[in-house]
Amino acid sequence: MADPIVHMENITKHFGPVIALNGVSFDVKAGECHCLLGDNGAGKSTFIKTMSGVHKPTSGEIMFEGQKMNFASPRDAMEAGIATVYQDLAMIPLMSVTRNFWMGREPKKGFFIDFDKANSTTMSEMKKMGINLRSPDQAVGTLSGGERQTVAIARAVYFGAKVLILDEPTSALGVRQTSNVLATVDRVRKSGIGVVFITHNVRHAMAVGDRFTVLNRGKTLGTAARGEITPEELQDLMAGGQEMAQLEGSLGGTV
Amino acid sequence: MSDNGNGDGGALAAGGPDDERIKKTGGLRQWLIRPELGGIVGVIAVFVFFGVLAGDSGMFNAQGIMNWSQISAQFMIIAVGACMLMVAGEFDLSVGSMIGFAGISIAMFGVVWGLPMWVAILITFAICMGVGAINGVIVVRTGLPSFIVTLAFLFILRGFTIFIPQTVENRTIIGGIEEAAEGDWLAAVFNTDLAGWLFVWLADIGVVDTFSRGTRAGEPVISGIPMLIVWAFVLVIIGHVVLTRTRFGNWIFAVGGDAQAARYVGVPVDRVKIIMFMTTAFCATVFACVQVFEFGSAAADRGILKEFEAIIAVVIGGALLTGGYGSVVGAALGALIFGVVQQGLFFADVESSLFRVFLGVILLFAVILNTYIRRIITGER
Repeated sequence: MADPIVHMENITKHFGPVIALNGVSFDVKAGECHCLLGDNGAGKSTFIKTMSGVHKPTSGEIMFEGQKMNFASPRDAMEAGIATVYQDLAMIPLMSVTRNFWMGREPKKGFFIDFDKANSTTMSEMKKMGINLRSPDQAVGTLSGGERQTVAIARAVYFGAKVLILDEPTSALGVRQTSNVLATVDRVRKSGIGVVFITHNVRHAMAVGDRFTVLNRGKTLGTAARGEITPEELQDLMAGGQEMAQLEGSLGGTV
Repeated sequence: MSDNGNGDGGALAAGGPDDERIKKTGGLRQWLIRPELGGIVGVIAVFVFFGVLAGDSGMFNAQGIMNWSQISAQFMIIAVGACMLMVAGEFDLSVGSMIGFAGISIAMFGVVWGLPMWVAILITFAICMGVGAINGVIVVRTGLPSFIVTLAFLFILRGFTIFIPQTVENRTIIGGIEEAAEGDWLAAVFNTDLAGWLFVWLADIGVVDTFSRGTRAGEPVISGIPMLIVWAFVLVIIGHVVLTRTRFGNWIFAVGGDAQAARYVGVPVDRVKIIMFMTTAFCATVFACVQVFEFGSAAADRGILKEFEAIIAVVIGGALLTGGYGSVVGAALGALIFGVVQQGLFFADVESSLFRVFLGVILLFAVILNTYIRRIITGER
């Protein structure tokens, strides 16, 4: 199999006396969807923020396409090709879809933004993702949660992301929006981009994941490929095994 | 169902341009969500109102128009800065004090300490924009609300504005600026009347009155378009173009809309905010220059309450107090409403204290209207 695009080796991260990450190893290859699962507080957010350049690891190595990288800022990671879509910080509701899409990288014609290019590109990129906008001037606030995630994903893909990190993209969405976002993830993966999909919902992970890594209390509990692990086993790993099994018993297997 | 009340992904699922779940929005609604709407309606309303109430009082002859235009232009100059800063998500309450401070600074350097006037003006711009930058740096570094940081500077600047001339000169009003600025090229940029020939011609054809006696008998009562009005127009146009057409303008919206989201896509949030504080300070200093050269004096009590008047003009112009949305043209219309009402009450011979009642009422209406418009845009309920 191909070499991973990003390989994170034995990452630790301390915030003062708190050990947020205590030896996490993780990699993602081109064209795969690698799910990172974990309960709240497991260290998922810290880990992806390290990957996307927001935090610097206390120790450990980040290899990007075989080279050791040292991201100083999210901008560095973005320029290397690591794009992150945050759950609720992806879009600015009061601004138009076009303005959001190009934010930070507006196309210029002389002194001014080239709105012709910006608008037509936005429309066509959104169409590729299966969204027909009424108008590129439409405020993002008028889009549904799933559509907003899709705009953010389309933006990352358009600007040449090699790795796309999705931070709980489905956790606030309804059923239909979720399936739309999952379909988008599938489409992105097939175009050869490596997707890191963070979630605590095993069913969503199972729907699109090629590999699954479980994080618990700042450590990786292991990585399994699709077909090697059942949803129940994943659920148990995330929750720390024992207690969950008991709880599940008393709730009649509904969790 | 787990629908979170967002209307679900209708457009996503149907995928066609004629989605049955997206309501058709007519032209009227498109107009309703323009930030300038409140300003346009207000301008029409005040003109109709004073047209009826004070139509024959001279408010709408050449002199009267020049009168309220100048007052409006003053408001516009500071509203441009306040508007762009508010779109970037911040306030500046030190604008009024900055106006007094800048005026005294020009007088101290140019008159008391005898520097050439253009040097005094440049030094003043540097100091004031420096103070603006300090405001900005404190806000972005500490994360404190700009409301409180600039409130501190409201007092700090006003204190120095009184203290410095009081200690050095033993007075708080400094005159003699007209003489000191005689023939100065930079002072002329703030205090010249343009297109005088136009008004001579207008007087010839009888549109503009002429002085009938005195040393200027025969000259038109309006000697030209004051630089004040030119500055207002230039600032409004530049502000509008920068905000709506440029990359930097997009960043201003982004920073005010959601600073964290903007940061994640690589917008230099802190730099944008600091530059906006400096822009506001620049506008306040322009205001001070125009005023000082017009009056020929600087006084330590100038500019009181101007910060709030600027903010009100901006809010009438459709900007959201929370940032991320607004229009420089709207703010200019807000300023026009101000000027017309303030002078109109005078022409209509109405007690001028009612102006403040009007301000309060219109502010309240504007904020309520803006909140409603924001809900339309973002689809909140």
